[in-house]
Amino acid sequence: MKDQRTPLVEMKNISISFGGIHAVDNASVDLYPGEVVALLGHNGAGKSTLIKILSGAYKRDAGEILINGEPADINNPRDAKKYGIETIYQTLAVADNVDAAANLYLGRELRTPWGTLDDVAMEAKAREVMGRLNPNFQRFKEPVKALSGGQRQSVAIARAILFDARILIMDEPTAALGPQETAQVGDLIKQLKREGIGIFLISHDIHDVFDLADRVSVMKNGQVVGQARTEDVTKDEVLGMIIMGKVPPKAIPGPGAMQVA
Amino acid sequence: MADITQGNTKGAQTNRARTADENPIKRFFRATEIDTRLLGMVGALVIIWVGFQIMTGGLFLTPRNLWNLTVQTSSVAVMATGMVLIIVTRNIDLSVGSVLGFCGMVMGVMQAKFLPQYLGLEHPAIWIITLATGIAVGAAIGALQGSIVAFLNVPAFIVTLGGLLVWRGATWFVTSGQTVAPMNATFRLMGGGTEGSIGATASWIVGILACIAIVAAILNSRKQRKRFRFPLRPIWAEYFLAILGCVLVLGAIAVANSYYWPTNIARKYADANGIAWPDGGLQISHGIAIPVLVAIVVGIAMTFIATRLRFGRYVFALGGNPEAAELAGIKTRWVTVKIFTLMGILCAIAAAISTARLNAATNAQGELDELYTIAAAVIGGTSLAGGVGTIAGAMIGALVMQSLQSGMVLLGIDSPFQRIVVGVVLVVAVLLDTIYRARAK
Repeated sequence: MKDQRTPLVEMKNISISFGGIHAVDNASVDLYPGEVVALLGHNGAGKSTLIKILSGAYKRDAGEILINGEPADINNPRDAKKYGIETIYQTLAVADNVDAAANLYLGRELRTPWGTLDDVAMEAKAREVMGRLNPNFQRFKEPVKALSGGQRQSVAIARAILFDARILIMDEPTAALGPQETAQVGDLIKQLKREGIGIFLISHDIHDVFDLADRVSVMKNGQVVGQARTEDVTKDEVLGMIIMGKVPPKAIPGPGAMQVA
Repeated sequence: MADITQGNTKGAQTNRARTADENPIKRFFRATEIDTRLLGMVGALVIIWVGFQIMTGGLFLTPRNLWNLTVQTSSVAVMATGMVLIIVTRNIDLSVGSVLGFCGMVMGVMQAKFLPQYLGLEHPAIWIITLATGIAVGAAIGALQGSIVAFLNVPAFIVTLGGLLVWRGATWFVTSGQTVAPMNATFRLMGGGTEGSIGATASWIVGILACIAIVAAILNSRKQRKRFRFPLRPIWAEYFLAILGCVLVLGAIAVANSYYWPTNIARKYADANGIAWPDGGLQISHGIAIPVLVAIVVGIAMTFIATRLRFGRYVFALGGNPEAAELAGIKTRWVTVKIFTLMGILCAIAAAISTARLNAATNAQGELDELYTIAAAVIGGTSLAGGVGTIAGAMIGALVMQSLQSGMVLLGIDSPFQRIVVGVVLVVAVLLDTIYRARAK
């Protein structure tokens, strides 16, 4: 039952507070290569905050992060990228006013020997990656603003793939998408899994992620209620964890589990 | 690889299908990839010019007036190129007029009072040392203001509003309010005038070089696109763009060259050089004025920075979505500092043009220029919401503003009324742009 390999990511006893409110309180999660872990919880449960600590957007107050068993020093998004951590944000963090290729390479532009932007090479690579991801995508010259939600999502995902991410964080990856686009993202996640990438899926809606995830970790009020393999629990049991903090028998309880008196 | 080629042919098919049901005008713009917004601005400029031409009874579209118009525009146009980057990143710089005044005064003192003590009057190195000092001062002011905006999180509006007062006051303190004149003879060339123009032959050479550059750019972009098998522009569109570009460049040079030196200056020149005075008068062409050449070089350099360098890409990404830029690992604070530093440098260049043209550095130099600069950028299509704007647009915006003023002067309209017109035009231009953008969506 317990995986003997070294986890790709181990976040141990992480805490962070904002103005006296414990947004994340002594939370621990882990992720193995080729695994999808869904991080579930209500809005404000602390799951996005926890994951933003991993992606370098927030600095933790306490706790440690291990990448491949080694302590990792993550203080900003650039540090996180060095460890192969790529994040696809809920707010679709793309620069709306520039085109797809510019977004894919934002922060890591290809340059010609003269130090100028090699737009043509970037567009060529963008066409290749997007072709793999979303073969119908043709609007390379337009600002991302003009694209549909699904197309923007595929730009954001392509961006992560392009840089050989080993750890992918997806915050509400399908929230803005229609059913067909959601299925597309699902296929994509399976493909990434086969390539050995570890994926954190963050969602407040269990239906979005239950079928995609290998394990679930549930958070409530900044604490981890518990975690379980998806094959060991039902959706209803997980809902019980999310809503009441009630841990089913086959799950491993965390510090936030409801105390049975 | 097979996937890509397949994707491309599919794309080509959809493109063909799409073009088939478009009307010829739309197809023309799609093929040539001309920015219709920019074209609209050029159209507005042409309407203004023709309108004034008719109203003034043929005084507006003369080589002399057009030549003067471009010289008068150059100072604000130089600053507008920097203002675009500032506004694109959702900042504003209200201090540019005062920074211009301060840099101008520093440069005035440097060349008229300080350097001559050591180098003697009219030493050939004076102008370059002066200009370098001015640019260093401008850059330092910009870097200071930018650092306060970026690292201390004071809004740019406040920092530069403070700067507007501080640097205007500092200008006074340099000479306790005295005007510094005259400027160094070489330095003065940057201000234009009869001396500060490059003449007919040099102008034609510049024009031909520009034409070669246009053709080379088109060929290079075609070659690059072929390298990756991207859809190419139709060949007729390439020819059209090349010919249009060359005709515009050479036409502008022909106009500059058909503005001749005033008779008395030409006569003095003839006497000094022992040239016999011909019956019809000696016709010496002005050619391109040096300040205009400076503005064009600045415009090209800034366009290069904005579109071809990583820094420019970051500026636009930062303006489009600051959070995304930060998360992508861009050092957004440093980008902000660099933008303001660049703005300071451009203010110094504008100050050089303006003091050289006036042949003096005064306390009031550049007053209200911040407003004209911002207006030029905004009329030129820079969105105050951030993320959108072009250097070329801002420079045309500056030309539109100057054309209005110059035309109204020719019509003898009082200066209070001129301001009213410029103010109304600013609001109407932004209104039209808002409508255009809403429809483009």
